[in-house]
Amino acid sequence: MAAALRVAAAGARLGVLASGLRAATRGLCSQATSVNERIENKRRNALLGGGQRRIDAQHKRGKLTARERISLLLDPGSFVESDMFVEHRCADFGMAADKNKFPGDSVVTGRGRINGRLVYIFSQIQVSAMLPWLVSDSWIQAIHLPWPPKVLRLQDFTVFGGSLSGAHAQKICKIMDQAITVGAPVIGLNDSGGARIQEGVESLAGYADIFLRNVTASGVIPQISLIMGPCAGGAVYSPALTDFTFMVKDTSYLFITGPDVVKSVTNEDVTQEELGGAKTHTTMSGVAHRAFENDVDALCNLRDFFNYLPLSNQDSAPVRECHDPSDRLVPELDTIVPLESTKAYNMVDIIHSVVDEREFFEIMPNYAKNIIVGFARMNGRTVGIVGNQPKVASGCLDINSSVKGARFVRFCDAFNIPLITFVDVPGFLPGTAQEYGGIIRHGAKLLYAFAEATVPKVTVITRKAYGGAYDVMSSKHLCGDTNYAWPTAEIAVMGAKGAVEIIFKGHENVEAAQAEYIEKFANPFPAAVRGFVDDIIQPSSTRARICCDLDVLASKKVQRPWRKHANIPL
Amino acid sequence: MAGLWVGTAALVAAGRRGRWPPQQLMLSSVLRTLKHVPHYSRQHLMVSRNLGSVGYDPNEKTFDKILIANRGEIACRVIKTCKKMGIKTVAIHSDVDASSVHVKMADEAVCVGPAPTSKSYLNVDAIMEAIKKTRAQAVHPGYGFLSENKEFARCLAAEDVIFIGPDTHAIQAMGDKIESKLLAKKAEVNTIPGFDGVVKDAEEAVRIAREIGYPVMIKASAGGGGKGMRIAWDDEETRDGFRLSSQEAASSFGDDRLLIEKFIDNPRHIEIQVLGDKHGNALWLNERECSIQRRNQKVVEEAPSIFLDAETRRAMGEQAVALARAVKYSSAGTVEFLVDSKKNFYFLEMNTRLQVTTTMHTKKVTTSGALIVGSVTVPSPKQRQHTGRGWQMSPKQRQHAGRGTSPAPVLSDCTEPKAEADDFPVTQLLILKVLGIIRFNLTCADLYFKDCASFPLNFQDPYKSFGLPSIGRLSQYQEPLHLPGVRVDSGIQPGSDISIYYDPMISKLITYGCDRTEALERMADALDNYVIRGVTHNIALLREVIINSRFVKGDISTKFLSDVYPDGFKGHMLTKSEKNQLLAIASSLFVAFQLRAQHFQENSRMPIIKPDIANWELSIKLHDKVHTVVASNSGSAFLVEVDGSKLNVTSTWNLALPLLSVSVDGTQRTVQCLSREAGGNMSIQFLGTVYKVNILTKLAAELNKFMLEKVTEDTSSVLRSPMPGVVVAVSVKPGDTVAEGQEICVIEAMKMQNSMTAGKTGTVKSVHCQAGDTVGEGDLLVELE
Repeated sequence: MAAALRVAAAGARLGVLASGLRAATRGLCSQATSVNERIENKRRNALLGGGQRRIDAQHKRGKLTARERISLLLDPGSFVESDMFVEHRCADFGMAADKNKFPGDSVVTGRGRINGRLVYIFSQIQVSAMLPWLVSDSWIQAIHLPWPPKVLRLQDFTVFGGSLSGAHAQKICKIMDQAITVGAPVIGLNDSGGARIQEGVESLAGYADIFLRNVTASGVIPQISLIMGPCAGGAVYSPALTDFTFMVKDTSYLFITGPDVVKSVTNEDVTQEELGGAKTHTTMSGVAHRAFENDVDALCNLRDFFNYLPLSNQDSAPVRECHDPSDRLVPELDTIVPLESTKAYNMVDIIHSVVDEREFFEIMPNYAKNIIVGFARMNGRTVGIVGNQPKVASGCLDINSSVKGARFVRFCDAFNIPLITFVDVPGFLPGTAQEYGGIIRHGAKLLYAFAEATVPKVTVITRKAYGGAYDVMSSKHLCGDTNYAWPTAEIAVMGAKGAVEIIFKGHENVEAAQAEYIEKFANPFPAAVRGFVDDIIQPSSTRARICCDLDVLASKKVQRPWRKHANIPL
Repeated sequence: MAGLWVGTAALVAAGRRGRWPPQQLMLSSVLRTLKHVPHYSRQHLMVSRNLGSVGYDPNEKTFDKILIANRGEIACRVIKTCKKMGIKTVAIHSDVDASSVHVKMADEAVCVGPAPTSKSYLNVDAIMEAIKKTRAQAVHPGYGFLSENKEFARCLAAEDVIFIGPDTHAIQAMGDKIESKLLAKKAEVNTIPGFDGVVKDAEEAVRIAREIGYPVMIKASAGGGGKGMRIAWDDEETRDGFRLSSQEAASSFGDDRLLIEKFIDNPRHIEIQVLGDKHGNALWLNERECSIQRRNQKVVEEAPSIFLDAETRRAMGEQAVALARAVKYSSAGTVEFLVDSKKNFYFLEMNTRLQVTTTMHTKKVTTSGALIVGSVTVPSPKQRQHTGRGWQMSPKQRQHAGRGTSPAPVLSDCTEPKAEADDFPVTQLLILKVLGIIRFNLTCADLYFKDCASFPLNFQDPYKSFGLPSIGRLSQYQEPLHLPGVRVDSGIQPGSDISIYYDPMISKLITYGCDRTEALERMADALDNYVIRGVTHNIALLREVIINSRFVKGDISTKFLSDVYPDGFKGHMLTKSEKNQLLAIASSLFVAFQLRAQHFQENSRMPIIKPDIANWELSIKLHDKVHTVVASNSGSAFLVEVDGSKLNVTSTWNLALPLLSVSVDGTQRTVQCLSREAGGNMSIQFLGTVYKVNILTKLAAELNKFMLEKVTEDTSSVLRSPMPGVVVAVSVKPGDTVAEGQEICVIEAMKMQNSMTAGKTGTVKSVHCQAGDTVGEGDLLVELE
């Protein structure tokens, strides 16, 4: 009841303000007001961001304001804002005028909690304000009660189009520094017009400051970018440096230069959407890891995703309450691999049946679909899943899939997330396109990532494991902790047909030779007798075996020789 | 249905079992006795518990090995029985079926070709090869496929392999609708007025149709099971129907002959089971009511029919028997009748095979006072011996029949049906059992996962004009066998693939009870507890049918589905209190998921500070209407206020189980949460129907109002494949002008041809398919300007 009254009162206060924004701003300038009033006024002004008109404009575009986004992403009442009084310091082009100054400048930063777990956030301000009726308890608390303590950052598009000023960058850097010190993830909600041209090099310096923080934080705390509006020029590199970049369909764009510049330079006619929309980046360029329907959907999904991540590299993978028995048998897996080795099946089906409650958060589901990566849980504990997808290009490894896989494996390794690899790989994709594109260089990344990883690694060979690709896919030789083969596994240098053509070149009885090869190699035994797989298991027992192994491997420790840093073949 | 009768069950008083010395009484005398009883009725046939029989004598000589020329549920049933009898089994399969259940169950398996049935299950040469290779002594054809194929029977005879089923001449006579009709007429069986010859072309079809008077039914002479069958109300439909039916008939049966007859409007479809032996004896059993159909495929079956009176029943039975005698029928079979509202009945056709539903008749009666039902229709290999030797009905039967007035068993309880499928065939007992059921007014509702619309299918999405086939992989599958009075016959398991090539029947779900009400209640329960994921199915439709007031009253006809759902089936219509229950359950689930998301193992470096929310203010969207809900919980009990009314919801909230048993204000409901997305979308199966709800917190819902509507495709100008299948023909090319409703292409799926028509008048912009293409659901076929 008391809370309701407070909300009502706040609503009324802000309502008055919203209608009389200009008057209030003028009031701010007056020297007559006491410090307390000035504090109050600045806060209110910050809450309203660019004003009602701009808020409406933002809503009309199907987008939310920076503060609305924060309120959806964080647990109610958990947001603690910092640097609400920061203003830009630019004096050129009339920017020093009071009407061009906004408390908080063009980004909202602070900390908060997602399902009780700490996160720092910044939300850029195209529009930072909340509509008065939306200013809830949590905001009032955030203003008046500097507790509970938390941090975040958002960019706000209503103020100077969310453009990045020195002050803006400084705010972001501050919470990033704190996040690194404390050991909690940073989430950036990007909606920015790019550098603030009026500020010149200071703005550029601001970008670099952020980039440096991104790199310093890399591998220390998880960094997530959610692109919720335009993000062009230098601004794009901060998301690119973070661990995950998500986008909102139809309203977000990422590009170095917009369509106008593209037209003038290369004479290409291209729309914003085609050049840098969510579809482009999630299916063609691989820049973004996933796209969501709209702001609300994206933020709800981000909450869901956040639950998979540890807070920092000092924490082990989170273990959530799990209702799915760890020893559950999965009879449907016994028939999932078709008898004909040329026939495809869906590896995602295997993943769904093995993991807890069929919950699988796939990363880059529409890019390089011949490899599947994503997060799931086994007996409550977050695991990273890597699997070849026989349904797409037979599950072969090519440039894009190697890079996609490698980046994911390295993330898991950096943040203590065990890796489970499902292998059905016929080899690397041959051809000039791949060779000219540097498949050797890129394929090496995946090899490097798996070899480098010291987290628990469990591998299940469901069918084909041919050639070098067998080695790459978390094989025993790359220090796989537990490597299993299903009875359908074929571990060999290549398929029977190709092998026989080489071994028995010119031989008369090719069919008999092929049969002999199949008998000898198209089964799990050659690898099993050498100890390259630890066991041949019934597919239905896969879940139980993996859960059991992960319990044991939880205490795994690997010591590597000292080095400044490794040199992955980039 | 004739088929083998196989099966049977038997059972009976265990205590008395074996009491009867193995006398070799002539069966025929039993029958004779029966014949001479003027009021031959089931009461007279009722046998008492004394019948001790078990269906089969373990010492009896049987085959060593038989081959089952079928797949799916029926193949499994046959194999199970053979196993019990110690007979080795050989399964045949197409390459896509290599790891299916029947293949796993059989002792041996032979691949007879690629997926299309014409190259595998209908490939007589390959099957003969398999028989030779495995040295099987007999073949059980099941139903469908080659079960009524006289060529196949002939081939077998030539190789001296026994065909477990009726004689070739009977298959031929009854399998051919034209010939069977003539025979029926001769045997003084009531028949439907119509043209008794083969119709040569579409124009002749129109002429004949006019003579008989519309509406008319066009059907394939060699057909069955609704394939190649169409109703025409005018000349245009007759021409279309003739063309489609003949194509379908050609591809399904290799015989494109069609016949035409008067279509009996608003009839019931009731069939009588008959049994015949080699000595000219024949008996009839009671009826099955199969009126609820879709495209002439049965959706729901029930025994006994609540429509028939004793007199009509007897008249039908006697005519059925007359027909069986006329063709010297020596197996189990089904005579189908159409019965009009005045209880006039007309012979429709006779199925000389085992039927999908024979189950219903093979009920068993135990004397322990226990119960009842069920059993199997398994092909008794033993029958073959009998057949070979001139099989006769068993002597015991005759004895019992002779004592026809002995007291009937009292039914006091219903036992679990699980074991039934393992019972052995004892033909005569069937009869008795069936009678027993009638007498005690036991009811079985036998529901197929068959749908009613364009396809007789089970894996169908009932909302698409009553169901086009759905295919996919059964990601989760769990039969409701933990409930009392439920039996499930299926040939699939978790992980099975449902392909476009075969009948998409998932299973037969059978429930029984001491009366009709109980059987129906159990059916509703069983449907709620049936877990089928990965493919769409028609549980929603089935569940609606059995609670429909017309069905409950017994006011049904073969047009039931189109009468009750004239605009197509749209799912269960929630009453206000049901809607509140659904919303309360959905919001409780949502909160349970939210709370669980905060439960981490607390060994982390940094403490977790759970948000303290006493009242969850939610906004739920159901059918485009937004409801306000406030939920609060203490432990596993939720107090939910939906649009102002308060409900108590309790459950274990185990979020991993596919079935969630929930109590809402004391009412028990079993719901299934099919999917849940972080964005608030949740699919919940409630009362059979899947409801899509969107649940957001109040704040998210307020902000969601600003989200833009996504532009949806204008569907009238594009034609997409409504189901996976093969394009048989494309009748347009770019630039053509088409009228609304004009056929654009034909897609064959699950052996049925479907005409795809233009959604509006326009010019064809582009054609994205050609004859022979395999298309998936939602694939673009043709675009109009």
